[in-house]
This record gives sequence, structure tokens and C-alpha cells, in this order.
Amino acid sequence: MKGFGRFRQPSVIPGFGLTLGFTITYFSLIILVPITALVLRSTGLGWNGFWAAALDPRVLASLRTSFLTALIAAGINVVFGTLIAWVLVRYRFPGRRIFDAMVDLPFALPTAVAGIALTAIYAPNGFVGQWVAPLGLRIAYTPIGITIAMIFIGLPFVVRTIQPILEEASKEVEEASATLGASRLQTISRVLLPSLTPAILTGFALAFARAVGEYGSVIFIAGNIPFVSEIAPLLIVIRLEEFNYAGAAVIATVMLAISFLMLFVINLIQAWSRRRYGYGS
Amino acid sequence: MAARPHAPRRASPTNEPLWVRWALILAGLVFMALFLVLPLLAVFSEALRQGIGAYVQSLQSPDALSAIRLTLLVAAIAVPLNVVFGIAASWAIAKFEFKGKAFLITLIDLPFSVSPVISGLVYVLLFGTGSVLGPWLKSYGIEILFAVPGIVLATIFVTFPFVARELIPLMQDQGTGDEEAALSLGASGWQTFWRVTLPNIKWGLLYGVLLCNARAMGEFGAVAVVSGKIRGQTTTMPLQVEMFYNEYQGTAAFALASLLALLALVTLVLKSALEWRFGDELAATGRGH
Repeated sequence: MKGFGRFRQPSVIPGFGLTLGFTITYFSLIILVPITALVLRSTGLGWNGFWAAALDPRVLASLRTSFLTALIAAGINVVFGTLIAWVLVRYRFPGRRIFDAMVDLPFALPTAVAGIALTAIYAPNGFVGQWVAPLGLRIAYTPIGITIAMIFIGLPFVVRTIQPILEEASKEVEEASATLGASRLQTISRVLLPSLTPAILTGFALAFARAVGEYGSVIFIAGNIPFVSEIAPLLIVIRLEEFNYAGAAVIATVMLAISFLMLFVINLIQAWSRRRYGYGS
Repeated sequence: MAARPHAPRRASPTNEPLWVRWALILAGLVFMALFLVLPLLAVFSEALRQGIGAYVQSLQSPDALSAIRLTLLVAAIAVPLNVVFGIAASWAIAKFEFKGKAFLITLIDLPFSVSPVISGLVYVLLFGTGSVLGPWLKSYGIEILFAVPGIVLATIFVTFPFVARELIPLMQDQGTGDEEAALSLGASGWQTFWRVTLPNIKWGLLYGVLLCNARAMGEFGAVAVVSGKIRGQTTTMPLQVEMFYNEYQGTAAFALASLLALLALVTLVLKSALEWRFGDELAATGRGH
């Protein structure tokens, strides 16, 4: 095996040192050093100080709000995201291309714009809010509002992870299943859905991870009441405004640790799906 | 995306009944209308609520104009830097085999899994009071935090992966054959890059730049943390939208927001056009972000 034991395999193409050197330097300066500063600052409190700050009731409540609403939003996104991906790939209807392009709107629309727009719609005097207000239902300034904002920003992750897999799924497998006597529902639930599972899980994890960290689209509609509708990223900002830098760093470190765990899980799902189904999204 | 023939109208074992099809289409479209189209319409209707005159006037306020200028400036610095990084990283990763490559690819995606607030916080901790670097730089008269450099840094952080993650799979697919041919015919390394590689990746690069720019101009959380929100000096467009909104200047907030919404729409149109026209020359076709 050529190049075994060496850092890189030989190549006639120039520029390896330059491009890799630049990549690693730039990455270190922009990402690595600042993140290290964050972790160092949070450990500056010592073991007991760290846990005292992390287990503060208000911090725990904000983490619970963030994770619970993100979980619900990602769950709703999985159902409707799968449905939308299915409809966009399998059916032909007028305006399909426009709707297909619209799926990416949450990627392109600045989060603050989404935030004030959603608040305008769901506030008690808003377009939707005025219809649910007489029913005694409040959407804006409650955890329901937070969930709606998280549905908005998470939807494209689910649709765009499932869509390419559905496009590549061969119709022959479904035909074979039908030939062998399966009903359409059986084919979908026993043949199609299992092969989509890794993509659905990945989409769920991506939407969830994004929703947990989301700030801009959530804070306007959330109401930001401590212990009720205060999300963890907002509490970081509040700690900063109190000049409690270490407190902010602790919440951030906890959230970072959880995001890395999520990233790890996503990688595991993809490795598993590559082995099992021969694709990784 | 291959065009598929219209689904046959008669019942087929690999098709759902017509009523099921339409029910699913309707459910999907209603969901999208409610969650995607409605917010977009709300931005424009709120912006124009007090008439076109008030709309135009609010966009010409000094605060709005300075926010627009700052946003353009920040994007003009952050996007090119991330383009250079994206090209360098994808060259190193796609054209060479080396140890730890998979790990490096994962690291590049890291900023996507970090909350925007944390992306800003890391710079506050690095340059703020109580840090080593901040006071030292300040003694030389260099302000990072609550100034333009901090905003640029936070923007670079959140838009870091966009160009690289589009170019890496694209250049990996293209392999090294073209470059080897050019080199063996006597081209220098730079000539090979400018005349062979760059034309090969130009649409993918444009695609990455488009997404990078949209995020750079629209970033809120990370920038909010480092900017200090000094009126007329460190407020980008999204921050100025928040400021107007919190001051109950609805028209001004939504007018400025409508410009950002227009930017999003233009981005989506160009992105779709690229996917439609040059789909074969993109890595991201059919993929998200």
C-alpha cells in the first residue's frame, strides 16, 4: 500500500501545504480559539461553581423549555416534512416548483424578520391570533408560540433530507411489493418507510438541533417570561447583560456539549444508514 | 431532477387513489401556506399598512440607512474571506488523501450546530472585559467588541461552512484528472487553478456565495451579542429591525424587514435558477442548506 504510514499520499498536484495550512489556521483563529476561550471561562468557576451555575433553577427551566419545545417542533416537522417531501417528489400539481423553492425560505429569511412576522400573525390581534383568542387560546407569548417559530425554522431540514432519498428510491421495489400481493398501505409502511427511516431520523436530529439553539425567530414571539417561556439562548444573553460572563459561559458549555452529542448521533445514524441502505444524506 | 410523466388517472398498484393524492397535496400545501407563505405576506402587509409614502419615508431615516450601509459592509468583508477559505479547504480536502480528513470535514460543519448566541458569546469572552486579549488590543486603540470588527468576526463564524460544504463534495466528485492533465501539459499550479479548476466549480461557488451572503446579511443572534447595539454605529439591518420593533415603530421595523425579505426572495429565485439550469454542476442539488 503506497503511502502507508505517511500523513498524506503522494500526488502531483501542488498546493497541499498552502491550502491545508490556511484552512487549519483560519479554522483555529475563527472557531477553535474562541470556543476554547468559552470552555476555559466556564471551568474558571471550578467544579462546584460550574454545577451550581448549571443547576440553577432558572437555567434548568430555560433548558427544559428549549428542549421540550424543540422536541415537539421537530416531531411536527417530521410528520409534515415527510408529507411535503412525498407530495413534492411523487405528485405533479400546478405551482409545484414554486412550493419546492419555498421550502428553503426559512434558510434564506433572516430570523429576526421571521420572528416579528410570526408575532404579527399570532399576536392576540393578529391575522390568526384574533380567531383563536376568543377560544381562550393564546399562541404568541407562550410556549406554543416558541414551538411555532421552531417549526418554521426546522421544516426545510426535514424536507431536504428526505427529498433526495425519495427521488432515488426505485419504483421497481414498490412494484415488486405490489406484485407479491401487498396493499398500497402495506407497501408504504413495510417497504418504503423503513428505507426512509435514516433520512427521517437525520432530518429530525437536524431540525431539533437547530431549534434548540434558535434565538432570533423565537424571542419576539416567546414572551420571555422566566420559568415559563424563556429559552436557554435568551438566558445566555441576559447573563451577559448582567455582566455575569461565567454564568453565560456555563449555559453555553452545557448547550455546546449537548449539540456535540447531537452531531455525534447524526453521524452515527448516517454511518448506520450507509451500511444498511447504501446511502448517507 | 428527471421529469416524471404525469401519474395515470386510473387506479394502479403503485399509486394512491386520486382522492388520497389530492388530500395529501392539500395537507402539504396548507401547512406550507400557514408556516411559510403567511409570514412572508405578513412582512409586506405590515410594512405597507400606513401606505407607500410612510414605507418609503421610513426607509430613508438615518438609522435605517446606516444599518443598510453596515450590513453591506459586513457582508462585503465576511463573504470574500469565507470564499477564500472555502476554496482552500475544498482544494486540500478534495484533491489530496491525508489522515484525519473525515474529521476535518466534520469540524468545518461545526458552526452549524452551535447556537448563534454562542457564536457571538465566544468572541465576548475572548475580547471582553476580564479577557487577556481585549484590554491588550484596547491599549493599542483597537476595539473589537461593540464595534464593526466584532460584528464581522461573529458573521464569519456563522457563515463559515457555507462555501466549503458546497465545494467539497463537488470537487470530490470531479476528481483530480483535469488538474493532472493541465499540470502534465506544463501549466503551473496557479494556472491550473484559474484556468481549469475555477471554471469547473464556478456555479457551485456561486451557489455557496449566495447562501453565505444571505446568512451574512441576515444574521441576528450572533451579531446581537457582540454589537452592543449602538444606534447608527453598530446596528446591522436585523438589529435595527429589532430596535424599531421594540420601540413600537411597526412600520419602520417591517419596512426594513421587507428589504431583508426581498433579499431572501431574490436568493431563493437565483438559487432555484442555478439548480434548474446548472443542476449537474452543483453538489447541493436537492439538498438542504
